[in-house]
Amino acid sequence: MGFLSQSWAIARKDIIGELRTRETVVSMLLFGFLVILVFNFGIEPGLREENLVKPGVLWAAFIFAGILGLNRSFAAEKENDCLQGLLLCPVDRSVIYLGKFLGNFIFTVLMGLIVFLFFSVLYNVDIVRDILPLGLIVVLAAVGFSAVGTLFSALSVGIKTRDVILSILLFPVMVPVVLAAAKSSGVVLDGRPLGEAGLWLGLMLVYDVIFLTVSLMTFDYVVEE
Amino acid sequence: MTSTLETRGQREADATVPELTIRVRGLWKYFGHVPALRGLDLELEKGRFLTVFGPNGAGKTTLIKVLSTQIGPSEGEVMVGGIDVVRDAHHLRRRIGVISHNTYLYPNLTGLENLRFYGRMYGVSHLDDRAARLLEEVGLLGRMDDRAGTYSRGMQQRLSIARALLHEPDIMFLDEPYTGLDQHASRMLRDVLETLHTGERTILLTTHNIDQGLEMCDEVAIQVRGRMVYREPITSIDRSAFEQTYFEHVGKDYRWDS
Repeated sequence: MGFLSQSWAIARKDIIGELRTRETVVSMLLFGFLVILVFNFGIEPGLREENLVKPGVLWAAFIFAGILGLNRSFAAEKENDCLQGLLLCPVDRSVIYLGKFLGNFIFTVLMGLIVFLFFSVLYNVDIVRDILPLGLIVVLAAVGFSAVGTLFSALSVGIKTRDVILSILLFPVMVPVVLAAAKSSGVVLDGRPLGEAGLWLGLMLVYDVIFLTVSLMTFDYVVEE
Repeated sequence: MTSTLETRGQREADATVPELTIRVRGLWKYFGHVPALRGLDLELEKGRFLTVFGPNGAGKTTLIKVLSTQIGPSEGEVMVGGIDVVRDAHHLRRRIGVISHNTYLYPNLTGLENLRFYGRMYGVSHLDDRAARLLEEVGLLGRMDDRAGTYSRGMQQRLSIARALLHEPDIMFLDEPYTGLDQHASRMLRDVLETLHTGERTILLTTHNIDQGLEMCDEVAIQVRGRMVYREPITSIDRSAFEQTYFEHVGKDYRWDS
């Protein structure tokens, strides 16, 4: 078994567990839906700044719902002390990180796409014609979000107030991704070509590469005693 | 000529010196400023079964955690299977199996899926055959497709034994494995554990239950306040006399303010 196949085994284990309980994705979707719905009540139809506000609403829902999923990610490993069982396996710590990252990434992308769907219905936005560029933005944002989130989720797993700690740690670090995702999806929702958001997409790409690499390198220290 | 003689003499001397699987010297472990292990020394020969008794807070679980690479020592030398637990933990993990009162089992995966998952992590070959054989040995073949979360505590602990044996470790650490088990489940677990004691496998069991701890071991030790205070082979121990000895040591040394 190689590095990637062992990482996939960890992600697969998380996916199987989730398919059976539906604890994480359902709560993420419900929360994402509620955020979009509440904002929808507050924004009057025909408001001049509506198009400026929409991307912010969308990505606020994405981040809040995503954090719910991240909180569950390592908390599930605490049951029966499974995290210790995992750490006892003769695999590099980066295998464990990558496995957990993959699981979180898949849940986040799934949640992101469905949140877009809710958004499309509630804000009367046709996303079908822009599904590819929006999909690309969701994927880029989900990589950065899951890369940092997986690391911080592991960091906060032993803390009683981990839900609060994770949010406090994650929000400041996620600002570049949220900003870039909101700006680039705003370009797409305005009907302009994705190329106009090239700078923001580039920022997300660089962020993803840096934080994925740094997280892989530092995870060992995070899960040590 | 002299060197040949010396080499032969060295070999003969080596042949008479038993191979040590566990060698611990001057082990200290602090949690903050509180020492859980205080200069602990321990040696265990290959193939031997040692039971370490001790009251709550004696540092038994901490000892197992250090030996099994779960936590690092604060001071001292710890060699397991000839491997330094700090420098080469990764390789040591291939050779050790840990059974604890925590089962390390995923409740939402079936018994078979749990074994498959851990088998992949350990790179076990012919995984399905190996998992099926172990499930049969621990008496869970008929429940292998049920979620581990639906198992009784005793069944979970037996599945945990199968998990720990998947990669055929030659060193086993058992940390209070009977915790939370009723009499029947304890008996079943004991039968399974008995099969582990083959003479090839080195086993270290920690418990505070004297009856269960004396059942299968070759040697007995008592750990109090982070130190080994007593060590004897089982053959020289009378059960009732040992109980007296145990309480003498525990009573004498159990006050942390002393």
